[in-house]
Amino acid sequence: MFQNIGELVVLFGRTLAALPLVWRQRQKILDQFFEIGVASLLMVCILSFFIGGVMALQTGPLLVERGLGSYVGAIVGYSIAKELAPVLMAVLIAGRIGSAMTAEIGSMRVYQEIDALRTMNINPVHFLVLPRLTALAVALPMLVTIAIVVGWMGGALVATANARIAVSFEAFFHALRSAVDLLDVLNGVFKSFMFALIIGMISCHQGLITRGGPRGIGRSVTKAVVNSIVLIVISDYFLTRILLK
Amino acid sequence: MMNAPASQSNGVSLRVRGLRKAFNGQEVLRGLDFEVAPGEIFVIMGPSGSGKTVLLKHLIGLEAPDAGEILLEGRPLQAPGVMNRYRMAMVFQSGALLNSLTVGQNVGLYLAEHRLRPPGEIARITSEKLAGVGLAGTEDKMPSELSGGMKKRVAIARALVIEPQLILYDEPTSELDPLSAVVIAEEIVRLKERIGVTSLVVSHDRDLAFGVADRIAVIHQGQMRAIGTPDEVKRHPDPLVQQFLQAGFKRQ
Repeated sequence: MFQNIGELVVLFGRTLAALPLVWRQRQKILDQFFEIGVASLLMVCILSFFIGGVMALQTGPLLVERGLGSYVGAIVGYSIAKELAPVLMAVLIAGRIGSAMTAEIGSMRVYQEIDALRTMNINPVHFLVLPRLTALAVALPMLVTIAIVVGWMGGALVATANARIAVSFEAFFHALRSAVDLLDVLNGVFKSFMFALIIGMISCHQGLITRGGPRGIGRSVTKAVVNSIVLIVISDYFLTRILLK
Repeated sequence: MMNAPASQSNGVSLRVRGLRKAFNGQEVLRGLDFEVAPGEIFVIMGPSGSGKTVLLKHLIGLEAPDAGEILLEGRPLQAPGVMNRYRMAMVFQSGALLNSLTVGQNVGLYLAEHRLRPPGEIARITSEKLAGVGLAGTEDKMPSELSGGMKKRVAIARALVIEPQLILYDEPTSELDPLSAVVIAEEIVRLKERIGVTSLVVSHDRDLAFGVADRIAVIHQGQMRAIGTPDEVKRHPDPLVQQFLQAGFKRQ
């Protein structure tokens, strides 16, 4: 485990050192960015819409019963912006995109494509890791921003339509605006940026150290997804602690 | 970064001295010594698992030796700047084409990534190299659309773009039908005649070895058992060498 952590840190350092080459790799970054967007946008919208709905459904009746119906928007809005959207979207992206990255790089490793790159003096960190990490670090915060808005819409719709809650659209967003400010949204977006780095680094690293044939690729993919999710949740606690007002 | 490809390639000399390598305590290379002259086609033969591919990986810098040294034009391969001074290319057993790129992008990858030529010229050089290996017009195909033999020829075209001074072939005719194997063998000889490249071929294909080699070496369990011209190796007294060269199946 400590060897993996050490390798991960070295890989991250090498990727940071390669940042001045971002412009040269712009086409690959754009390709990756659109791949991430196309593969995830619909899922992100569906997931966040229903998360918002479920949050409203769980908290709405309880609050209304206690005469606190006007707080539904505040609770749903706050929890989605600061916690649910960044964490759940990061988990979704780890499963959907991180796994694909590991599988692709792992298969390149197993079938000697990475060796071929090295023989051409092409650095795999510049060619494979930098574009993926950059694209993910831009795409995930954007997807989380969309997820926050769609989640709020889902919460508002359920709060309005459900007879046991029956909080108007205006009242929902009035409460949301009073509790959630831009800084709270940025807080969630910043978390998602950190999660993107975690997913990108773990996925690329697992791909690069893949050994064996198809079974090795499968093992790497599983490890990448599980390690990403565990590290997302652990780092979420510490990020929340650091970012507490 | 490697030097930009020159218009003409001249082979380099290669010398391996006392090369040793072990993985997890198991010795794969046990003190290999040999020399390859500039422009020579040197074939290393040996049964599977004898350390041929590991040797090639050392020669291209993908593995570091435990002991011994590799000299390119008399300079140690591991010394700073030596890998960049000489142009080397390797044709992998599987071809190792990047499956997410088209054939044209694969062939032009070295020039594009190192920004050695403008895009228009890269396209021209790519087409020229592909035509040189008999694959004109395949630029837009994906590697998955090619046969095994075509993939190897694309891999050769990709290596040629570097205009190498030393080219390493790992089992270039494995998994190929006899006709495709002949095409690859002709290609290896043609390259030597055309650009004077030094070629090191690792293979257990006896027809290929005796057809193209200037000299042949036979290795077994990481040790050199015989080295010489094809005729000398054919007459070598070592029973292991003879067993390997004459192995054949006869139905009772």
